[in-house]
Amino acid sequence: MANLTLVQAINQALLQEMEKDDRVLLLGEDIGSNGGVFRVTEGLHERFGGDRVVDTPLAESGIIGTSIGLAMGGLRPVPEIQFEGFLGPAYDQLCTHAGRMRSRTRAGLTVPMTVRVPVGGGIHAPELHSDSPEAIYSHNPGIKVVMPASPYDAKGLLISAIRDPDPVIFFEPKRIYRAFREEVPEEEYTIPIGKARVAREGNEITMVSWGASVVQCMNAIEESGRDIELVDLRTINPLDMDTIATSVRKTGRAIIVHEAPSNCGVGAELSARIMEQCFLHLEAPVQRVTGFDTLMPYYKLELEYLPDAERIGKAIVETAAY
Amino acid sequence: MPVDCAFQTSIERISILDEHGVYDEQLGEGLIPDSDVVALYRHMTMCRHFDEIAFKLQRSGRMGTYPQNKGQEAASLGAAYALEDKDWLVTCYRENAGLFWRGVDPEKILLHWMGDERGNHIPVRATPLAIPIGTQMLHATGLAWASKYRGDGGISCTFFGDGATSEGDFHEAMNFAANLDLPVVFVCQNNSWAISVPTRIQCSAPTIAQRGLAYGMHSVQVDGNDIFAMVKVVREAAERARCDNRPTFIEAVTYRLGDHTTADDASRYRDPEEVKEWEARDPMIRLRNWLEQRDLWNENQEQAQRIEDEATVSAIVKRAEEIDPPTTDDIFNWMYAETPKVLETQRQTLRTSSIGQGFDGT
Repeated sequence: MANLTLVQAINQALLQEMEKDDRVLLLGEDIGSNGGVFRVTEGLHERFGGDRVVDTPLAESGIIGTSIGLAMGGLRPVPEIQFEGFLGPAYDQLCTHAGRMRSRTRAGLTVPMTVRVPVGGGIHAPELHSDSPEAIYSHNPGIKVVMPASPYDAKGLLISAIRDPDPVIFFEPKRIYRAFREEVPEEEYTIPIGKARVAREGNEITMVSWGASVVQCMNAIEESGRDIELVDLRTINPLDMDTIATSVRKTGRAIIVHEAPSNCGVGAELSARIMEQCFLHLEAPVQRVTGFDTLMPYYKLELEYLPDAERIGKAIVETAAY
Repeated sequence: MPVDCAFQTSIERISILDEHGVYDEQLGEGLIPDSDVVALYRHMTMCRHFDEIAFKLQRSGRMGTYPQNKGQEAASLGAAYALEDKDWLVTCYRENAGLFWRGVDPEKILLHWMGDERGNHIPVRATPLAIPIGTQMLHATGLAWASKYRGDGGISCTFFGDGATSEGDFHEAMNFAANLDLPVVFVCQNNSWAISVPTRIQCSAPTIAQRGLAYGMHSVQVDGNDIFAMVKVVREAAERARCDNRPTFIEAVTYRLGDHTTADDASRYRDPEEVKEWEARDPMIRLRNWLEQRDLWNENQEQAQRIEDEATVSAIVKRAEEIDPPTTDDIFNWMYAETPKVLETQRQTLRTSSIGQGFDGT
């Protein structure tokens, strides 16, 4: 057991899966001798060589499109897209092919691929390096969408993603890449995809979040001094509604927190499903604390945009008082 | 010298059996055994008949939209003949002849156009028809990469049209294949038209083939209606891929004799004189003449073949039409290896709940 950052936990998961399964190979921009722009793949090129840690041409559609071919050809590619803002060029390959191949071929061809993508704001990055597009990809059937909120979860979820028989987008919240350390077992372990985690138990309000926002939620809950249950989704598609509904039926109140804009965001889907499944238990309207329906501002204003403990705290007060 | 030539090259155009029936004995020497030429011709007649029947199925309301393959049989068939079973065929949707030669059941192609996903379940190394334009070239590149990585000796051969060479994925696939040394054969079926848009709008250079040169790969133009030339260039490209892990770009010049699909009317934008000129260049006319000149084929055999093709295609249509209908469960059951609970609920309640979400009202 070592105290690892989220970056170190991911690196360890990649290393262990590559040692265990020679079908696993990494590809992407600058992931080789440079170790990736966030150093997530540091040391892996030296350890496994250029055939298994491949610097590709600078082309996101090409990275995902060839990964689909690699996966259909019997391998377990783990492509890296350098920032979520550059996932757009690969949208077509992800949604018109990766997510569709199993169903349209009646499982004749499948795409066991894990797309690693740093996500979200809060690190003073340039334009298009701070967005949260998880809703866009969750809307497309056939692609699983995962976002860990801690080093321990990152390792277990990534190992599950690599072993998953279907395509997974593994969003890595860059704001907490190195923000804190956590005890992470040296041996391999998995955390099931599609299962949420109750990060903190409580009876007064259910708060649902994922990724770096989980940290903001925890801070807000502690500052509020209230008895709030925090559900960390871990997986955004498919949603674990059982865990959420069980919690909301207990508390009668729900707050959803995410960085992405509220319009057609994952919070909207969660809110609708909570209404469908917990209507008679609700004591207050489901509240959302999200990014605004604007562009993610340049970094001078990014902390005004991202939900923080203060905004979440206001939602707690309002929801509790309703 | 202040101004020097940094790079100079030319594009070869390969033709063995031309539209006038002139056969280059030297290039054609030992290329295809006579018995195989007969088999290839017979295969083409079956494919042509299949194409006619598929068109009629659509017109009579028994099948959805269908893209006719007429006139382009030689390009994919020549390639499929030159390849091995361990090689991937990554096609667009005008490669029936090559797919059937590889062993794809023609019934599958009908099922696809009849709106049934079971048509895409193909138990040989061929990917299902690719509907978006040009995206499949990257899959071919990845499949070739997997073959190289696993050392299984296979390569990939991918087909696409002249319109697809305008897509970004075309560039990315060519660039990946060339720079990462991947065993891919790119076959562009330049059939002059991308629905209603002529090739000139996709490419203003004298050849599409020269685009391949920009990626540093061997590139060649070939008469795509000449099956001998197709076999020769694809065989050479396959060897270059298999032995040296180098891709090749082949521009096969052919022509779409039919409409884009049954939903199209090419008379709106195409000069009938142009179509007539290309009808005379039909790959099957010249091949039949070649066979008859060598006493490998005659009118009696042609008539017998016609009867055989009718029986073959009729049986294919029967199988496609008589398959049990899919069930609504199939909408859900194939999405993921393990069906998530959210989908299970929708599957179970799609006829009992107005919202199909398992509203429990508790």
